[in-house]
Amino acid sequence: MGKIRTPYLLLLPGFGFLFVFFILPILNLAQTSTQTAVGGGDTGQYEQTFRFQNYIDAFVENKEQFGRSFVYALIATLLALAISYPLAYAIAFKSGKYKNFFLVLVVAPFFTSFLLRTVAWKQILGEEGFVVPTLRNIGIISDSTTLTSTAFAVVMGMTYNFLPFMTLPLFASIDRIDPRTLEASGDLYANGFTTFRKVTLPLSMPGVVAGTLLTFIPAAGDYVNAAILGSPNTKMIGNVIESRYFKIVDYPTAAALSFTLMAAILILVTIYIRKAGTEELV
Amino acid sequence: MAKKSPLSPEARSIINARVSRRAVLAGIGGVGAAGALAACGSSGDGAASGELVRWGNWPLYLDFDEAGKTYPTIDKFTESTGIEVKYFEDYNDNDEFFGKVQAQLKLNEDIGYDLVCPTDWMAARWIRLGYAQKFDAANIPNKTNILDTLASPSYDPSRESTLTWQGIMGGFGWNTAKNPKGIRTLDDLFAPANKGKIVVLSELRDTIGIILLAQGADPATVTEDQYMNAVDFMAKKISDGWIRGVKGNEYAEDLTSGDATAVIGWSGDMFILASENEGKFDFAIPESGGTISGDNMMIPSTATPEAKASAEKLINWYYDPAIAAEVAAYVNYVTPVKGAQAEMEKIDPDLAKSEYIFPSEATMKNLSVFRSLTPTEETAWTEAFQKAAGN
Repeated sequence: MGKIRTPYLLLLPGFGFLFVFFILPILNLAQTSTQTAVGGGDTGQYEQTFRFQNYIDAFVENKEQFGRSFVYALIATLLALAISYPLAYAIAFKSGKYKNFFLVLVVAPFFTSFLLRTVAWKQILGEEGFVVPTLRNIGIISDSTTLTSTAFAVVMGMTYNFLPFMTLPLFASIDRIDPRTLEASGDLYANGFTTFRKVTLPLSMPGVVAGTLLTFIPAAGDYVNAAILGSPNTKMIGNVIESRYFKIVDYPTAAALSFTLMAAILILVTIYIRKAGTEELV
Repeated sequence: MAKKSPLSPEARSIINARVSRRAVLAGIGGVGAAGALAACGSSGDGAASGELVRWGNWPLYLDFDEAGKTYPTIDKFTESTGIEVKYFEDYNDNDEFFGKVQAQLKLNEDIGYDLVCPTDWMAARWIRLGYAQKFDAANIPNKTNILDTLASPSYDPSRESTLTWQGIMGGFGWNTAKNPKGIRTLDDLFAPANKGKIVVLSELRDTIGIILLAQGADPATVTEDQYMNAVDFMAKKISDGWIRGVKGNEYAEDLTSGDATAVIGWSGDMFILASENEGKFDFAIPESGGTISGDNMMIPSTATPEAKASAEKLINWYYDPAIAAEVAAYVNYVTPVKGAQAEMEKIDPDLAKSEYIFPSEATMKNLSVFRSLTPTEETAWTEAFQKAAGN
């Protein structure tokens, strides 16, 4: 008996934690999402009326921001993948004894606050940063074009902020690849590109899937980058939820939007994992 | 300090570089951190005894002595009355603070504060819900010192349960190099040179208030049609690419970085920008009128009678012109106390001349207070504003 119980006892703290800090809030959120304002009540007073129409209203009113969230998150994820793959590859295969040093460099930005890093981007892309004057001097952008408060800035900020989430799983996958498989590929007359396509990439797929998920999911729900680097025309669904919750004090809509976002991400991720065919991950 | 920001309070407290700016300006660098530390680790606990007032206020909103890590005007109050004051810089956001104490207020349990400092519209909500106590006028003889403009807001017409702590003017701020003639009207603000570089406040009462005044409507009596009309005006300016952001006090950073050249902003922030960057920025009340709002000292319904009496003495203390002047020398918002200007002459004659702290009679006449909204209006109007702002 004792042997059977032990694993469950070990799981207990984890379950307890998730129950208090995940299950209970989720139930509370679910309950809030179908409430409506108390007639004659004050701001922020809601009662349970099981109004599921809240979900439809919330989605229809904010479909633009929903769409934007997924498009921005997708672009940021693809950019992060394009940047991270060569980086992770180089660290895994080419960095020799400096491997750990480079890994520390990848993680180092995490030692500072997410917000500070985003604000730094505002300065980099700002009028007094070096990017804008340089681009103006070489005539790529006009004098009246600015880079902050644009979709470009938001996507750049997201790409940068989530880059380590992409790089680390990719590195873990690529680092595990036995170099002899690459040599074998060469021995069988595959050129570099074929080796990459037939050997390296398939073997690193778990890292690609994990990295894209770890980037895409938080990016789709992110609101800090859009708040700091964007304009009213680049707001994402996270900004709407924040404003509904804190500014309009419309808890039901905020809750309904949160659930819709969760469901949308869940569906997209399920489809993606099915297609990618890496069940071992989940 | 009706500071609204698209970020959560925690987020803002991390990036709020403005804090240190003000500290440096006042020649008392580091006060931000020190003040925050002083307020840390305690959130108004301890029994409510009659000889103790627990006061929750916004950060950097009271004169602070960096050397001694003390609040000089509070110390003097304790010396002269024997009443101890615990000062907490616990206000980061009106909604957040209300959310924190709402449950206890409902149950009439001690909220940990005997004196709170909500912004006008939030004070209105407390009063509506019966969470504010009426003052005992005999304890606050200095009440009559309140500026006329602030003396009878619609949510508390005879100031029975609130008194303004500091006033906040809303108007136009601009970069003088880009706007050499200055900005006095909405047309000046939306001049071609500023296209795409305009930031307006995320506090709807200021931004929409100023647009309303320019459109000939009065924020003090605004109707729903007038309001929605003004919101549409803003939404159009956003979609046409004139307005780049609807923000809280981060607009100050946009001005300094050059990303914004003209704003609808607050007097206190612009005072700091103007004095830090000699001649580079300026602020004015629109010709058609500016807005004034305030944060208010208020005694929660949960304060004991003894604590209430002590809190009233404290309010009275800060409505003494000499004390108000001491606070004003540190805090750069509009001093709501008559006679403080004369007292300021003794402390700092330059500040006594400041239109930011002591607006002239003519300026004052040109400032409007946004009327208080019903709960239904509050939700619908905020929603319309937030939607126009992309949320």
